[in-house]
Amino acid sequence: MRVPGKGLVERSRVVPFRFDGVQYTGYEGDTLSSALLANDVRMVGRSFKYHRPRGIFTAGNEEPNALVTVGVGGRQEPNVRATMQELHEGLEVRSQNRWPSLGLDLLSVNDLAAPFLGAGFYYKTFMWPRAFWEKLYEPAIRRAAGLGALSGASNTDVYEKAHAFCDVLVIGSGPAGLMAALRAGRAGADVILAEEDSRFGGRLLAEEEAIDGQPGHQWADDVVAELRSMPNVRLMSRTSVTGAYDQGTYGALERVGHHRRRRPGLPLECFWRIVTKQTVLAAGALERPVAFRNNDRPGIMMAGAMRAYLNRWGVSPGKAVTVFGTNDNAYRTARDMAQAGIHVAALIDSRHDGPSSDLFPVIRGAQVCDAQGRRGLESITVRRASGEERIQTDCLAVAGGWNPTVHLTCHMGARPVWNDELLAFVPKDDAVPGLIAAGACNGVFSTDGCLRDGLAAAGRALQALERSAPEVDLPEAEDAPYQPDRLWAVSGKGRAWLDFQNDVTVKDVAQAARENFRSVEHMKRYTTQGMATDQGKNSNVAALAVLADATGRDVAETGTTTFRPPFTPVSIAAMGAGGQGDGFAPERFTTSHAASKEMGAPMIEAGLWYRPSYFPRNGERTWRQSCDREVNMVRQSVGVCDVSTLGKIDLQGPDAGAFLDLVYTGMFSTLKVGRTRYGLMLREDGHVMDDGTTARLGENHFLMTTTTAAAGEVMRHLDFVHQCHAPQMKVRFASVTEQWAQFAVAGPKARDFLNLVLDELVSNVDWPFMACGPVSVLGVKARLFRISFSGEMGYELAVPSRWGDSLFRALVKEAEKMGGGAYGMEALNVMRIEKGFITHAEIHGRVTAFDIGMQRMVSQKKDCIGKRMSERPGLMDQGRARLVGLKPVGAVKMLTAGAHLYARDADPVRVNHQGYVTSNCYSPTLESVIALGFLHYGPERIGETVKMVDHVRGIEALCEVVNPVFLDPEGGRVRG
Amino acid sequence: MADPIADLYAKTPCAGLLPVRVANLTVTEVEMGVMTTLSLFHGTEATAYKALEDGHGLRWPAPLTTGQGDGARILWFGRGQALLAGVTPDECLAAHMAVADQSDAWAAVHLTGDQADDILARLVPIDLRETVFPVGSTARTQLMHMQASITREASDRFLILVFRSMAATLVHDLKSAMEAVAARG
Repeated sequence: MRVPGKGLVERSRVVPFRFDGVQYTGYEGDTLSSALLANDVRMVGRSFKYHRPRGIFTAGNEEPNALVTVGVGGRQEPNVRATMQELHEGLEVRSQNRWPSLGLDLLSVNDLAAPFLGAGFYYKTFMWPRAFWEKLYEPAIRRAAGLGALSGASNTDVYEKAHAFCDVLVIGSGPAGLMAALRAGRAGADVILAEEDSRFGGRLLAEEEAIDGQPGHQWADDVVAELRSMPNVRLMSRTSVTGAYDQGTYGALERVGHHRRRRPGLPLECFWRIVTKQTVLAAGALERPVAFRNNDRPGIMMAGAMRAYLNRWGVSPGKAVTVFGTNDNAYRTARDMAQAGIHVAALIDSRHDGPSSDLFPVIRGAQVCDAQGRRGLESITVRRASGEERIQTDCLAVAGGWNPTVHLTCHMGARPVWNDELLAFVPKDDAVPGLIAAGACNGVFSTDGCLRDGLAAAGRALQALERSAPEVDLPEAEDAPYQPDRLWAVSGKGRAWLDFQNDVTVKDVAQAARENFRSVEHMKRYTTQGMATDQGKNSNVAALAVLADATGRDVAETGTTTFRPPFTPVSIAAMGAGGQGDGFAPERFTTSHAASKEMGAPMIEAGLWYRPSYFPRNGERTWRQSCDREVNMVRQSVGVCDVSTLGKIDLQGPDAGAFLDLVYTGMFSTLKVGRTRYGLMLREDGHVMDDGTTARLGENHFLMTTTTAAAGEVMRHLDFVHQCHAPQMKVRFASVTEQWAQFAVAGPKARDFLNLVLDELVSNVDWPFMACGPVSVLGVKARLFRISFSGEMGYELAVPSRWGDSLFRALVKEAEKMGGGAYGMEALNVMRIEKGFITHAEIHGRVTAFDIGMQRMVSQKKDCIGKRMSERPGLMDQGRARLVGLKPVGAVKMLTAGAHLYARDADPVRVNHQGYVTSNCYSPTLESVIALGFLHYGPERIGETVKMVDHVRGIEALCEVVNPVFLDPEGGRVRG
Repeated sequence: MADPIADLYAKTPCAGLLPVRVANLTVTEVEMGVMTTLSLFHGTEATAYKALEDGHGLRWPAPLTTGQGDGARILWFGRGQALLAGVTPDECLAAHMAVADQSDAWAAVHLTGDQADDILARLVPIDLRETVFPVGSTARTQLMHMQASITREASDRFLILVFRSMAATLVHDLKSAMEAVAARG
């Protein structure tokens, strides 16, 4: 219920929202949890395993119970913490993990079976029969146990990621964070103040307390106003810093759209990578509960949360509240509630020496040992030395002490240090380089202490930055001592919850210890404590303290589990923002792309490039028809193909020839100017890396071509070889792939065709096979290379890319007049298989020059990268799988790439494997299916019949081993 | 030769893609003129610097910097490499360094607007704060998934170069970031 006159919400702005289909209203500034409590909605979810009714337990990021689903369809987002979801108009929320409804959940039968469902139950019970786990047990358990679900539809929300840089990153904006930011800001440093909440101020927004005589939240507003006026300070609200990484890098998740009505284009979240020189961690502390029987009833919550609901949102979670505490925070809660006019039935202090109060009854030296009321708290049982009594109450606040939020300090491997006075872990100094913990997260729990600590932390950060630190007046604030009682769990029968989200009880932890899972890491995995979406924020310390008791060790010796990023859940969509759809990878388009699309060519991806697959013409119904026509066209007349995607690397320098001798197996320093040579490149391990032609354009000037897919890899390889093996060589290289649009012109009519478009005629004498040089095409300066990948008379014509679109259109138009035309990747592939030319289907990374029949290309006159390694024993063994051609000779006329080869009469099983097929096609020239593959002793078995078996597609065919060069092995056509 | 064929026409890398305007931000194509990569050889850097001074009156740019002269500009472009733009390279250069024509290899755009920094913060991983990356600074870095050259020409204007073939992706990525920033309102 709302409490008149309390809270910082904007009461003039009413916000309607729906929860489980019911319409409610709240105010601007409310969170979903404060609005639900204001509407007296106490039960908001069902627990993970036992489906027990659960209510709102905290007011912050550690909330274990109040998880809800926001949105519908592709935008459905499960497991949103109601404490973090700001109220906005149109907010539609559903509860989770219940069927058919929150009030009547049939799966709550699990709770009755609780004696059988303790820690390790699954491990012991569902082990046999073995096959049942995947087929029966796991699906059934998953249905019964779980949190929210995804919709299964593609997420249509927009996400962002971004980078930010600063001198000082301040994490958290409570008193410590604000003082640190103020001092660093006044010093002129670039400051980022990241606050997870929608409003700056931290605990000051939740407490009834004065700083310099004014309410804490007003003091915070004044400081924030000053920070906002500084151009060097960047305020980032709704931003949770989720991880600390190397070299001052922090991950942070900003909620951009969660608190607003959805609108097109607005990102839901932005994942920031913040790089900073110094960090002040002022993340505060999380209050911890005390475990007792049935402590998970709706209506039981943290004492600090109860104050936050009252002081910040003007909400009382109950009409007759009780408070149970181990420290003075319990009194603050009871005091604030009583002063706001709420009936405080009792304060139960576990200590015998706590203070007294005239505002409410205090029961000292007592413990709450049970709670009643299945769907909402009705009463509690209080145990004293003199006996037990019941107290009627609808809301119990629990103050078990504070756990500093040390998480980020542990992200780089450090463990926090146990402080036996505070009964808490505090950060280890210099746990993260450049990070200084301040305030409550550093174990300082008074406001005065936090202000001082923040100021000092900024001073240290500025000193590290070698900046002078301005004096900042320390405001006056309370400085109450903090002396908590050592109480983790109240003894007794029944189940006392530690981890609410994963339904782990004190008994479960004790059971783990009994079964010898005594290490805290083992206990965690055996019980699943701390493994839910909240990562055990309010249960880790208590669980390991219970474990320590159960194993007779102290807490320091027991130690903690590992805190890993992210601190708070981060959606995968935010981390991968921008990578959906067209953002997945760059699309590289050739200059002829538009013309090819206009001709109806389907595109095929080659690396990042898009290349035309084939150019369909009227009447052609399948790709094979188009492909066969294009092959015949090139073999009989002339074809034009865009080959710009091949890598082009410009090499210059007096040592360019010597450098090429080093990276290629063949000799290039002897190549004449105006000539081109085929080259093979080995990796350092002696296997084939890439192949291509290199032209000598001038004495000190070469142009290397690479395969499309390996262009980047070759460029990197050249850089590596130059920088690491031959830094003394005077040679440099630059990628010029994009500078040139290059078109293959191939076919018996290629020269006649070229002479139509070139400004000077070319002849076979002036331009023999493998010649290259400058020409002019239709008035544009160009380069011509007489090379062929089809086995036909072939040229490649290169022009600066700006001319590519118009030249391609002109070439195709003219070729069509001669009975030729454009051809695509399919025809190109068929023609190269017919010629036995390799691609990366063959040079797939595991073959040597020997395997592909190119050992003679490894020059014996010089050394080259990979040569020595290629001579290792076994790499030139005759029995290796070596390149052959294959032709079907049995009834089945199908050969498939990826199929395996066996001796004709052998069983097609692994041990009999003799090779595999790498490329296949139908050759319209030979009117037969043909293939390339690798076969043990390949070239020695030409003429033999072997068996091809494709186990995946279920194809078996007999084939003859043939020369891999199916067509024109003498090469007469290319020289014609 | 017969003349059966229409004259060739030139097309710019971003033809049909630009300009793009979202809120107060614009992306426009930039005509860079002749672009040439100049690469130094080991041991002869000093003579190369002199050739550049003699030929164009430009100093070889230190890493991450740019220079300007008579109609010419020069951008640091990598290890021992610079991009000369706006002029045909003087013939004397080729004797002292590797000179490669790149006039058609790069798509060049201007990103202009008060929030230009915010857009690049979403696409580029390096620190582009004006205090760190003032006017005249340049870097070879990545833009989303692409390698790029980024130069600050003014407080509110960047010159961005990516491979010509990726012009459409550049426009897509810039536009997506611009729309997301604009939607925050």
